[in-house]
Amino acid sequence: MSNAWAIVLAVGAGTVLLKAVGPVGVADRQLPARVSSLLSMVGPAILAALVVSEAFAHGRALVVDARVAGLAAGAVAAVARAPFWLVVLVGAGATAVARLIG
Amino acid sequence: MVPAVFALGASFGVLARASHFGAAAAVIMSATTFAGSAQVASVSVLGAGGGVAAAVVAALLLNVRYAPIGMTVAHAFRGSRARRLAEAQLVVDESWALSGGGTPRFDRHVMLGVGTSIWVAWVGGTAVGALLGGVVSDPSAFGLDGAFAALFLALLVTQLTSRRAVAAAISGAAIAAALTPLTPPGIPIIAATAAVVVGWRRG
Repeated sequence: MSNAWAIVLAVGAGTVLLKAVGPVGVADRQLPARVSSLLSMVGPAILAALVVSEAFAHGRALVVDARVAGLAAGAVAAVARAPFWLVVLVGAGATAVARLIG
Repeated sequence: MVPAVFALGASFGVLARASHFGAAAAVIMSATTFAGSAQVASVSVLGAGGGVAAAVVAALLLNVRYAPIGMTVAHAFRGSRARRLAEAQLVVDESWALSGGGTPRFDRHVMLGVGTSIWVAWVGGTAVGALLGGVVSDPSAFGLDGAFAALFLALLVTQLTSRRAVAAAISGAAIAAALTPLTPPGIPIIAATAAVVVGWRRG
């Protein structure tokens, strides 16, 4: 099995179970407020780490290259609440242009 | 909402192909996992050389929020376990929010309708993106490597709803930057989860 299919299978199965926890599993019980507040912090922490990894990591090195232009342009679009597809397009375009002239 | 999800699905399709996913794997993943940020995270970690285990753990950590989200609407689900399991798959951030999730006004039928429309758009968009992305052999072509970072930032902005979320994001970024030179790719992403203690302490 290729890496891609292993990921499709494992992430798919895990996500089905996580989505089922409420509606199938615990019915009306609620998590303590502190626990759900803690779990809601996981998303911001990981997404921010992914931003750093995608913009600056090259293997194990941290580098500044054309991707920073894509991140900066994408940041402007994201803060302006542009739709995701536009942020992606702006990010890719700025990276490509920076690489071309850099 | 539906065109936006279609476009995001297309972005995932293109980015997945850039990380050596086949078109079928990308489409099947959208149909079965149906969770945008987790799917992009897993192809990102794989593309960065992070390995299968790191990619899976990073994606599932992003989906941990569906446990508490599902618990806020659990009371509205009816019928057999199989039916509840199937309907629960349509609970995603957008369908939950639009159907009044977390409030006493939660409407299961609205959630199912919105969730189904979004699912169709997500899978359809992925198919289109995966076919388009098939012509791109190098992830850095057309600046796609920079697009990943921009997309994660846009997803992050939607989750910065409190000061503690901002603190967790800054700490997560710092952990990732600090660990990148020290650990194999993928590990810094998973370790960034430790940033939630910032939220815990201030809670």
